[in-house]
Amino acid sequence: MSTPTTAPSPQVQEHGGGDAKAGRRLRQVREVGILLALVLLIVVTTVVNPNFLSAQSLRDLLLGATLLTILAVGQTLVIVTRSVDLSVGSILGLTAFAVGSLFIAFPNLPIPVVAVAGVLIGAVCGAVNGALVAAARVPALVVTLGTLYVFRGVDHWLAGGRQINAADMPGPFLALGRATVLGIPVLALVAVVVVAAVGWYLSSYRSGRELYAIGSEPAAARLSGISVDRRIFAAFVANGALAGLAGVLYAARFGTLDATVGTGLELQVVAAAVVGGVAIFGGSGTVLGAALGAVLLTTIGSALPILRVDGFWQQAVVGLLILIAIGMDRLLAVRAERRLRGGESRGA
Amino acid sequence: MAQQPPPVPPPLALVDAAKSFGSVKALQGVSLTLRAGEIHALCGENGAGKSTLVKMIAGVHQPDEGRIEVDGEPAVFARPADAQRAGVAVIYQEPTLFPDLSVAENIFMGRQPLARGRRIDKAAMHAASDALFARLGVRIDPARPAKGLSIADQQLIEIAKALSLQARVLVMDEPTAALSGVEVERLFTVARSLRDSGSAILFISHRFDEVFSLCDRVTVMRDGRYISTDPIGELTVDAVVRKMVGRDIAALFPKQDTEPGDTVLEVRGLTRAGVFSDVDLTVRAGEIVALAGLVGAGRSEVMRAVFGVDRYDSGTVSVNGRALPKASPAAAMAAGVALVPEDRRQQGLVMELSVERNATLTRRWPLSRFGLLRSSAEEGTAREWAERLQVKAGRLTDAVSTLSGGNQQKVVLAKWLATGPKVLIVDEPTRGIDVGTKSEVHRLLSELAGQGLAVVMVSSELPEVLGMADRVLVMHEGRISAELSRDEATEESVMYAATGQRGEAA
Repeated sequence: MSTPTTAPSPQVQEHGGGDAKAGRRLRQVREVGILLALVLLIVVTTVVNPNFLSAQSLRDLLLGATLLTILAVGQTLVIVTRSVDLSVGSILGLTAFAVGSLFIAFPNLPIPVVAVAGVLIGAVCGAVNGALVAAARVPALVVTLGTLYVFRGVDHWLAGGRQINAADMPGPFLALGRATVLGIPVLALVAVVVVAAVGWYLSSYRSGRELYAIGSEPAAARLSGISVDRRIFAAFVANGALAGLAGVLYAARFGTLDATVGTGLELQVVAAAVVGGVAIFGGSGTVLGAALGAVLLTTIGSALPILRVDGFWQQAVVGLLILIAIGMDRLLAVRAERRLRGGESRGA
Repeated sequence: MAQQPPPVPPPLALVDAAKSFGSVKALQGVSLTLRAGEIHALCGENGAGKSTLVKMIAGVHQPDEGRIEVDGEPAVFARPADAQRAGVAVIYQEPTLFPDLSVAENIFMGRQPLARGRRIDKAAMHAASDALFARLGVRIDPARPAKGLSIADQQLIEIAKALSLQARVLVMDEPTAALSGVEVERLFTVARSLRDSGSAILFISHRFDEVFSLCDRVTVMRDGRYISTDPIGELTVDAVVRKMVGRDIAALFPKQDTEPGDTVLEVRGLTRAGVFSDVDLTVRAGEIVALAGLVGAGRSEVMRAVFGVDRYDSGTVSVNGRALPKASPAAAMAAGVALVPEDRRQQGLVMELSVERNATLTRRWPLSRFGLLRSSAEEGTAREWAERLQVKAGRLTDAVSTLSGGNQQKVVLAKWLATGPKVLIVDEPTRGIDVGTKSEVHRLLSELAGQGLAVVMVSSELPEVLGMADRVLVMHEGRISAELSRDEATEESVMYAATGQRGEAA
């Protein structure tokens, strides 16, 4: 019969072994770590140049981080399911230009209508990605690499070499890009709302948790009756909609639009999510982490010039950060796993 | 209405179900009726089709022929969710958990208790998990991630999940394989109380004492076919074993008699925590040693550790008296060990490459000059081996994926024989191979042993084990439970040892 086990056999057995809190700690460590890195960076930069902490430059920092944050939040939805969306830069560019074109074509259209239109365009792009990934069962990396060029192509076709300037768009819309509430930029507030809403959704709703389940173990997700394809599709649509929102905000903030807007942004977005602790193989990571990752990357971008670091080194630093983030993940995961296992296995 | 009160229709029944995968018939004409308030045992050897049947009930596979009936009405389980809706809960042999999610989430995924606004009520979910574990008599922190739990604890979570479903039909596919005695007893208490409250339970186990202490009726399957269903009172362990294995041992296995030479492979006290422990194994030149046991007994894992693919914690492996370093397949190959893996499509072959490339993969360096592979040398070697093993291939430049399973297996053998091994480890050498090619593979192994090769054969097919092996080592739950000589090895004695029964052959 079964071999004797190392577990004691009182009425109720303690199971699970090891340090059960290690897992939770692992998740918190990540966000605290990014926060620490962020604080350290700001302190050092401020010592070198006290102006770095002025209200104006802080506002600039927040504004700069806004778009990346929103995109990183959307990307998290997708990466958590073990997919990736490389087309977000193109979706942002396409919606930004579409929004500008709408204002030119229908100057009297109310701003909210145009904003919603932008979000919808993004959602349609996301739906294309989602349908290809979920229905055609093509890996997301390949699908979105393709749509990256397709959406950009549509953008070029729409632009036809034109450029849209601030003068083409209504003043109140552009003012949105500069407006502040209690000294905080409105756009940054939008990003905060997005982070809070999506974070809340992912942690507290069944469908949100199912996204994690899908990324954690797709086969088990199917067995437990989760409609995997539908959820993945929805994640892509939501990510597209958020990229569309980012496109609208881009138009409001910068006012000058052409067909190259958002080119190359997708890699920064994925980098922000990964630095923020969103596991590239799905199943774990939080929206808050991804947002912090986006803020950290943006801060590095504006701090390094002040620290008189060469442009070349800026990129290298970002790269190094990603490697450190991944290395830390691996290290912590191995340690946590060992602790969770409790160092010994039962039975044989 | 009928004159007599109609009997209560069974909550779940399979009627004449058949299922094929490609040309392999996994199930043929299997009928099974699960009655409310009854625990029904399903017995059969590895490969008898039990898991396919479970997956059919779970909605993972759909029957090609026949049908599933729920409460006497035909039903279609197109996906697992359909089966769940019909009240079917399944505890799989392999735990199917989400490692990144918490224990409580694993139990309640998709059915989390909700608070206002359809928000997940975490407190209620954790309390419900605690209550479930209390019923099972264990305590696992519901908030910890499933990652890092032992197999037994994972199995307990699966059981808690099935309990929480309050299923009308509960299927347990070897739920006790990883559990300790106390846990098994608790599980049985829960199973009996579910039965008494009117659930139908299907219980699959290789442990006959469990089957006999828990179940009301027993269905036996063999080779994908239905054999019998009897009340437990009318059966004995011997009768069940006979029904499970009762088939002719075809004279398909022509093992030549050889005079064993010196010890070639010697394994002492090989242990990998939680996987296998204290495995001793010696194989002499010219000998075929079979490693028998149930799926999951740790046979392949031992062989992978011997070859150096996997690590081990303690013990030694030596070839011709020289110890092999741990975890180094290159060193094992240099010492003359060859491993033909269990899964030839994933591990044995590169499916897109040509027959000749695959056959010469192990000899890339001897066949190259100045670091460049010479295609003439590749072709020559491949042709020689293809002829010796009678590989039936259109052209040697065709992709290996175009060959039949049997011929693919010959290519894998060729690839390793070309290295001139002293020890050949073959893991399930004839799985998924048609009968004709099967006997060719057997003839080949027998010939090789005759030429002085030491052969270790992992096999789940009893006739193959009995026909081919000079000695049979039986593994049970990670340990060698019996060593049987050719004369001692019978279907019954191997089966007893594989299921951990102490009794000798009847």
